[in-house]
Amino acid sequence: MSFLIDSSIMITSQILFFGFGWLFFMRQLFKDYEVRQYVVQVIFSVTFAFSCTMFELIIFEILGVLNSSSRYFHWKMNLCVILLILVFMVPFYIGYFIVSNIRLLHKQRLLFSCLLWLTFMYFFWKLGDPFPILSPKHGILSIEQLISRVGVIGVTLMALLSGFGAVNCPYTYMSYFLRNVTDTDILALERRLLQTMDMIISKKKRMAMTRRTMFQKGEVHNKPSGFWGMIKSVTTSAPGSENLTLIQQEVDALEELSRQLFLETADLYATKERIEYSKTFKGKYFNFLGYFFSIYCVWKIFMATINIVFDRVGKTDPVTRGIEITVNYLGIQFDVKFWSQHISFILVGIIIVTSIRGLLITLTKFFYAISSSKSSNVIVLLLAQIMGMYFVSSVLLIRMSMPLEYRTIITQVLGELQFSFYHRWFDVIFLQ
Amino acid sequence: MASLDRVKVLVLGDSGVGKSSLVHLLCQNQVLGNPSWTVGCSVDVRVHDYKEGTPEEKTYYIELWDVGGSVGSASSVKSTRAVFYNSINGIILVHDLTNKKSSQNLYRWSLEALNRDLVPTGVLVTNGDYDQEQFADNQIPLLVIGTKLDQIHETKRHEVLTRTAFLAEDFNAEEINLDCTNPRYLAAGSSNAVKLSRFFDKVIEKRYFSRDSNQIPGFPDRKRFGGGTLKSFHYD
Repeated sequence: MSFLIDSSIMITSQILFFGFGWLFFMRQLFKDYEVRQYVVQVIFSVTFAFSCTMFELIIFEILGVLNSSSRYFHWKMNLCVILLILVFMVPFYIGYFIVSNIRLLHKQRLLFSCLLWLTFMYFFWKLGDPFPILSPKHGILSIEQLISRVGVIGVTLMALLSGFGAVNCPYTYMSYFLRNVTDTDILALERRLLQTMDMIISKKKRMAMTRRTMFQKGEVHNKPSGFWGMIKSVTTSAPGSENLTLIQQEVDALEELSRQLFLETADLYATKERIEYSKTFKGKYFNFLGYFFSIYCVWKIFMATINIVFDRVGKTDPVTRGIEITVNYLGIQFDVKFWSQHISFILVGIIIVTSIRGLLITLTKFFYAISSSKSSNVIVLLLAQIMGMYFVSSVLLIRMSMPLEYRTIITQVLGELQFSFYHRWFDVIFLQ
Repeated sequence: MASLDRVKVLVLGDSGVGKSSLVHLLCQNQVLGNPSWTVGCSVDVRVHDYKEGTPEEKTYYIELWDVGGSVGSASSVKSTRAVFYNSINGIILVHDLTNKKSSQNLYRWSLEALNRDLVPTGVLVTNGDYDQEQFADNQIPLLVIGTKLDQIHETKRHEVLTRTAFLAEDFNAEEINLDCTNPRYLAAGSSNAVKLSRFFDKVIEKRYFSRDSNQIPGFPDRKRFGGGTLKSFHYD
């Protein structure tokens, strides 16, 4: 009976997450494009929903909300579904959409996408060989194998992202780094930009007029084709076309300059806005968070270095250790067990929320930067894939931050994976 | 040669609709071989004969300013783009016939460009919603061009074309639908070429010949004749 209740709770939460993912898709990612294939949206939302349920299960684990056996069941089911999506469906659709973009192969779309998918599976398998993750007891298509591979890729991604974020974050948030930009700077740059545009225009006018007079005189200004034509053009090139190529080169250089100026001006505007924003309350709040965050990033880098240099893996989690140190240092009577549960819960929650938020924001920015109406489908699917892998691997890594008693269920579910290997791998890539 | 008079026309639209290809086609009568993203603004010049074939024929330079980007850009990019919107004499709005969103975004594009110039009337539009009054006041000629016509299947053509006809009516503008990779659509003498030439003539007239007729007629007049753009034709 309790099993049914638990299941219904899980399912409602999954539907909630699904709806959230759908909304996010519509509002943020696809704001300027038309959704033509609903499959993409469905897949994205489903991936999002299942990833979030994994985190939800962890939180339930800590809080001890649902029945233990039903939790176990849901874990297994969740993992199966996610792996199914990540390894089978998403790559297949990615291949399908890439192939449909290429006009040549339009007719045999299915065939080519199957081929692409098989290549993907092959590389996916090969990935597992050099790493010490196989244990001879399990068969080939078991969950552990798939998870291990997904985990490897996901951990790599995570490390790359967080490494990048750790360095980028203090730079963005701290107002210490902001240059001082005045209005006169911006105006001066704008004037330069307009002057460059005027120069381009006058040159283009000359070109257009030359072309027109040449056309009226009956000369052909296209490049002469054929061998004989080329020889003729060497000796008797019309002065008009010579001029044209010269001017065209000048114009190209000027256009490059105008692009640079445009980007610089946009940069200045952005800096000016940031300065204004930092003067408001919200800005000050984020600034403070930025300091805090940058200290955290620096600490992480430090820890990663130590881990590699001294070749150790943290066995106890930082919370318990922190509390122990505090207790010993301050000599205060503390009920370690009681407090550690709550604090670890909060910490894990914060980590989860910030990582999800950071991931979504990064993905959105990335999406805006590189998408066009043709490739938007492919990119969204890639994002869904990355997101799924990211979530799976963060589950693996979160294990380190949780106290001992909660680790059991994860270890139970995931079988005998070499967790320590993952941590080391993460640290290595993070530093790079 | 550079002493000919000039007019400035903006070419606006979402990224990827084909503005650069269109501008290249209009100015150099050739198809653009390798379209790439436009960063900032690229300008091209077309030599146009005003009132061709009549004794009042005069040659003008038409500068086509192709501004890159999307309506959802960061506000810093929008502020930078705004520097190009000074003293424009005409606007060409480009949308992609295969992408409905690009047509809807045209409202926001036109508001972004027109707000810069709307100094005399001072109408403030707070959200980007479409407002008929705004366009009734508008003195700047508009032209709506739909691209990628070749990618629309025969069966859907009719519904797409009716939709774009409504769009053009909203803007009180003419519309042209074509494919930028095929110069045949703008061949001399075709109806598209005639519309284009009429649009450029209107732009030139507004800039150089309608200076004295700048006073805005009384309210009932304006409403009756459906908008400011028909004003100049009323005066002959």
